[in-house]
Amino acid sequence: MSTRFTVNGVEREFGGDGDMPLLWYLRDHARLTGTKYGCGGGFCGACTVLVDGQPQRSCLLPVAALAGRAIRTIEGLGESGLHAVQRAWIEEDVAQCGYCQAGQILAAAALLERTPDPSPEDIDTIGNYCRCGTYVRIRRAIARAARERRST
Amino acid sequence: MSAAAAPVTRRSFLQASLTASGGLLLQPVLSRAALAQDAPAPPNPFGLFLRIERDNRVFIGARGAEIGQGVKTSLPMIIADELDAAWADVTVEQLPLAIDFSGPTPQWKYGPQGAGGSTSIPDAWADLRQVGAQARALMRRAAAARWGIAPDAVVTRDGHALHPDGRRLTYGELAAEAAALPPAAEPVALKSRGEYRIIGRPQRVVDAPEIVTGRARYGIDVYEPGACTAVVLRCPYFDGDIAGFDDRAARAVAGVRAVVVVPGPKPGEPLTANLATGIAVVADDTWSALKGREALQVEWTRGPFAGESSAALDRQCGELLARTGQIVRDDGDFGAARAAAARVVSARYRVPFVSHAPLEPENCFVHVMPDRARVIGPFQQPAGAQRAVNMVTGIPRAAIAVEMTRSGGGFGRKLTNDFVAEAALISKATGLPIKLMWTRSDDLQHDFFRPFGHHELVAALDGAGAVTGWTHRLASASKYYRRPNVKAEDMWGPELYPDDFPARLVPNYRLEWHAVTSGIPRGSWRAPAHTANAFAVQSFLDEVALASGQDPLALRLAMLGADREFDYAQHGGPKFSTGRLRTVLERVAAAIGWGRALPKGRGIGLAAHFTFGGYAAHAIEAEVSPRGELAIRRVVCAIDCGQPVNPLGIEAQMQGGTIDGLSTALNLEITIRDGRVEQANFNDYPLATLAQMPRDVEVIIVDSAESPSGCGEMGIPTAAPALLNAIHAACGVRIRSLPVRDQLRQALRA
Repeated sequence: MSTRFTVNGVEREFGGDGDMPLLWYLRDHARLTGTKYGCGGGFCGACTVLVDGQPQRSCLLPVAALAGRAIRTIEGLGESGLHAVQRAWIEEDVAQCGYCQAGQILAAAALLERTPDPSPEDIDTIGNYCRCGTYVRIRRAIARAARERRST
Repeated sequence: MSAAAAPVTRRSFLQASLTASGGLLLQPVLSRAALAQDAPAPPNPFGLFLRIERDNRVFIGARGAEIGQGVKTSLPMIIADELDAAWADVTVEQLPLAIDFSGPTPQWKYGPQGAGGSTSIPDAWADLRQVGAQARALMRRAAAARWGIAPDAVVTRDGHALHPDGRRLTYGELAAEAAALPPAAEPVALKSRGEYRIIGRPQRVVDAPEIVTGRARYGIDVYEPGACTAVVLRCPYFDGDIAGFDDRAARAVAGVRAVVVVPGPKPGEPLTANLATGIAVVADDTWSALKGREALQVEWTRGPFAGESSAALDRQCGELLARTGQIVRDDGDFGAARAAAARVVSARYRVPFVSHAPLEPENCFVHVMPDRARVIGPFQQPAGAQRAVNMVTGIPRAAIAVEMTRSGGGFGRKLTNDFVAEAALISKATGLPIKLMWTRSDDLQHDFFRPFGHHELVAALDGAGAVTGWTHRLASASKYYRRPNVKAEDMWGPELYPDDFPARLVPNYRLEWHAVTSGIPRGSWRAPAHTANAFAVQSFLDEVALASGQDPLALRLAMLGADREFDYAQHGGPKFSTGRLRTVLERVAAAIGWGRALPKGRGIGLAAHFTFGGYAAHAIEAEVSPRGELAIRRVVCAIDCGQPVNPLGIEAQMQGGTIDGLSTALNLEITIRDGRVEQANFNDYPLATLAQMPRDVEVIIVDSAESPSGCGEMGIPTAAPALLNAIHAACGVRIRSLPVRDQLRQALRA
């Protein structure tokens, strides 16, 4: 039995093993490799994607559970050009190794959808690991993106 | 198209030639003899080093392995500045590994390409400035010839040559003519400090647009045609082996192509190839491989270290420190100083094993063919990757092509190429192109861990509070464990650095080392032994100061004394400057307001240390509640890494290093039970999240005209002791055993 869902607005159908986590579907099958593997246990957040707008750990989401869902990955975040969060990330020079950043950016974008003017405590709710320790600049970038979104 | 060559370093020369589109190509060649024959340039098998196109775009090859330390940005900046290019016109391209094997000894084509020991910037300072300067000299001569004026009359700026009368030409317009000129026979003059226009100014990560859109390529993103994915079930016991296994269920999993045994090193053999014996499952995709691995039935032998545990290692350290060990530095007479002392202070500290845990676990693509091999992956030592494949396949290194992707962190883990050897063994055994994937559990269970150790420090003070004697006794599990060609008497080398502070500053000074016996693999973890030793020494300095009624800053300054330089024979030398260390210490102390009155429950701690040529200090203000809850209120750090190359990158490295140091000191430990690692994922190896870390890390970059050091490792060693000193100042609890975890709560409850 195949599962139908959308990824970045494109209809997808997967007829393989429904237990396969979305992460491996995206990477190995859809070749959307911006979503990263970090731990496979839902701890680190490197594999964060948006499912119906909510940040989810794709390493724990079996494809079979995604029927009818709309998935957005880092490749599809900026629908026309870069998203405000992506622009802020470049401006604040957040990335070091860059590996966790897709997950961080998607988590930040989802936060700003819920909370357009986040407090430091709101930002604290983002639990994605950055092994390089870019947290200070992540805070700055989220604040910058929030300002930009409010002013446009 | 060959013209002639100009020297860059003693053994390499730049060759200028014309590109197919009429631009200038500069690339190094290593043999003068090949040039002297005025033969056509050989096809360039290595990619481009520096290319200027007719439309004035400048392409600069990035030679270093990019692991997040920023060399893909900072090294090209150095070339671009000496070239006088406009940074906005520069496109950076990653170079593959390039070693020339045609001569009697292998030679780097582009210079060193590894990432370790904070050496990329100092190495680049020594040779890459000349690359840019040579290209700029060609542009000036080409413009001078066009205009009929002397080359010295031509000024360059932002990718243009300027005539004194105001005319200007782009480098692109001059590229073809420059390509026909013979490069200078001698090194050309480099810019003076005041002439830098790119060096010393903040530049953003060149790959940022690719990173934020998910297009940047990491090792895990390599999907080569026909490649199969392999995962390995490794023996979890140090030096254990396979007692028996059943792979029928694994082979029955849809998508599984092969199951092969991958033999590991025999007990006692050097750890130069793969790290542990295992069984590889090779499949069409990652999920099939993981499911196949899950279905394997294996029984392991527990090996010679089955009785090893963290508690037993602690006991072993206690027993060792009750005896006299190997004396590795002995200035004056510590025993006499101790006997004559007005006051003696001593303390013991414990540093746990920790794992590197780069967020991108080990992985790589290897295709072993009958007479050659291809290797692509996230490496810190691409030359080591080539050697690893050579070692397990016998294929000559010259026939092994190695490409580096970006690496999702390194921290020292990817200095070792055990995973490359493992992938090569699987490719060789199956005949398939293999993408080897390690899971997080694989990574945490099979690392070259940062050494564990117990430190005992003893200080002798005279009646005036001056430190007259100092000894640092360390029992540790040496990082050199099972390195080839290291003698037992040299195992202390990576554990205690004899010229570190306070050597030469205390007249009676002794360092003593004891070898801890352990079966756990060890290796280089970002800022290796500096993390352990700065924690012990900088914590102890506060203990000495407080025990003798002295101000911790004043004691440090008194010990440093007058500004002067000492020889420093270990990595990061050749000199250690007391004045530069004093400066970073004073800068953080002033910034945080050292000495000001603080509310109850708050305290400020300091620490300063010299790491691999760079000087760093931290000042941290902490708050501890009566129940032992810790809040880090303010963090200031300072670095003197010589001439700053990219201040934005330096700030990032110091912020990241600080957070690495704090996260590790607060929460992280690898423990051993029954001869294996207990931790298996981030739930039991919890890196700090954003909420647990300070909201800001203020970075002071000391302006300096000294030759630059690197900056990737300097931010870590002082973060933990500054925090622990701040905690003590806040609540009177001295944490001497890492990680901190819930020790504060327990101490304050008692």
